[in-house]
Amino acid sequence: MFVAWRDLRFAKGRFALMGSVVVLVTLLVGLLSGLTAGLARENVSAVTGLPASHVAFAAPPGQQEVSFTRSRVTEEAWRVWRDAPGVRSADPLGIRTADAAAGERTAAVSVFGVEPGGPLAPAAGGGPGPGRVVLTERAAEELGGLTAGSRLAIGPLELTVAAVAGTAAYSHTPVVWADLDDWQRLGSPGSGSDAASGATAATVIAVDATDGADLAAADRAAGTETQTVADALGAIGSYRSENGSLQLMRGFLFAISALVTGAFFTVWTIQRSGDVAVLKALGASTPYLLRDALGQAVVMLALGTGLGTALAAGLGALISGGDVPFVLDAGTVLVPAAVMIVLGALGAALSIRRITAVDPLTALGSAR
Amino acid sequence: MTLLVHDATLTYPDGEGRLTALDAVALEVPAGTLTAVVGPSGSGKSSLLAVAATLVTPDCGRVVVAGRDTARLTPAEKSALRREEIGIVFQQPNLLPSLTAAEQLLAMAHLSGRPPRALRRRALELLDAVGLADKADKRPHELSGGQRQRVNIARALMNEPSVLLVDEPTSALDHERGAAVLDLLAALTRERSTATVLVTHDRTHLERADRTAVMADGRLTEPLPAA
Repeated sequence: MFVAWRDLRFAKGRFALMGSVVVLVTLLVGLLSGLTAGLARENVSAVTGLPASHVAFAAPPGQQEVSFTRSRVTEEAWRVWRDAPGVRSADPLGIRTADAAAGERTAAVSVFGVEPGGPLAPAAGGGPGPGRVVLTERAAEELGGLTAGSRLAIGPLELTVAAVAGTAAYSHTPVVWADLDDWQRLGSPGSGSDAASGATAATVIAVDATDGADLAAADRAAGTETQTVADALGAIGSYRSENGSLQLMRGFLFAISALVTGAFFTVWTIQRSGDVAVLKALGASTPYLLRDALGQAVVMLALGTGLGTALAAGLGALISGGDVPFVLDAGTVLVPAAVMIVLGALGAALSIRRITAVDPLTALGSAR
Repeated sequence: MTLLVHDATLTYPDGEGRLTALDAVALEVPAGTLTAVVGPSGSGKSSLLAVAATLVTPDCGRVVVAGRDTARLTPAEKSALRREEIGIVFQQPNLLPSLTAAEQLLAMAHLSGRPPRALRRRALELLDAVGLADKADKRPHELSGGQRQRVNIARALMNEPSVLLVDEPTSALDHERGAAVLDLLAALTRERSTATVLVTHDRTHLERADRTAVMADGRLTEPLPAA
């Protein structure tokens, strides 16, 4: 990188201009990544935090995709799963969104109905039980700072707060952990009379299965469709559309970064093709020149991305403590930076490959 | 013989036919001698330099540089041969704008895989030899045309080549500066025992040459006696 380093210093205006574009794109990608992760956390953390490997949905009719909103599993299905070979545990989980009220305060919450004392139930304050719920911190805060022993109402139910613990959220609402029987009295979403008929035991079944478990056989017997927890997140409608849009934006930013870097180095390589011809005539090998040019691109990308990432981390730290859902960790800071450098280097590599086509013969007789 | 061009013929596509740039050219240049090749524009002088520099492979004939037949070399080996054995003084200085005068020379060392820092003394000695000891830290745009051409010459000598190929080195210089550059080339040729080929269209340069050959229509005629 003997010549490349000196080119960087000599043409510092041009490289600073390009570097600032990389800084801004990295800043945007970093903020978007943190926001995407923050929104995702508010959408799915209650599901990803379940002590389960799979989620069994009621098999949808036709070719429809499974959905937390439409799924209703029966007690019979749950018993089939509980007794299936290779299944360590299978527990019914009821999910519905409801309005909770405490005094004059109301808040939208997601009521997660679990079996008291079961593996899905939080242990804090003895966990949920008949007439007792465990609130997440945000639910307690939004309801006016409830604490253990406070009273609240969800639909027709009058409940007592057993404990305030955790940060689980589902579909952008804080979770309230309730007794499954209480949850059933709320009724399944959209069903109205299911609770009365007793047909619906829960929304899904949280399954913890060994690697060798025959999930397909259990699905056939129980009339369910099972997915891993990670795949099951796609069954949360708001998560799928929101995450898809944000990831698309992130993808476009990565593509723009690679294209802009590639365009810059295309122009730069054309501008210095005379220098390249001279160096080739003097004996520089093509691999040497390619390494030199790619090294130059990586240095610029690393500096620009480093600065952009630092700015994104700083801004993220400022806003992550407030109301904006923002996650600041290695996954949202370092991974986008690494992708920016790799894609930018790829764009640059495609541009500087024209070095191979420069004819050293043009250095003879050329005026420079 | 340090440079040997034997019956080299070079043709280029020209419409439906081919244009003969070199027609069975033969040239021998011993170490420590300066051979001038004169001829009008388009006579094939630059083609001869390109063939001798291994930048172009002749259709037939042989080019031997420092005992190595270049016909058998791969492109990578030809690049290595240019780095180690061939110095090229371009018609225009062709200096890299981002490098200082000393760095132009040190870049040659870097191309050869030698640490530039260790060779800085040699670069400064060469710049001193061409009268630019006090310009080592100047970039091309801070040097005059004659000074740039002298850096061009010093750069060509950095890797101690056995063959020095010089292409119209005074075309951009006035007579006085051109004469100074040619005196320098002749002196360096003897001092460093290079086999130097000087291509020029200016016959006033011939007095510095040990031998002179005339190029016309791609053919190199009998060497003329030195002027």
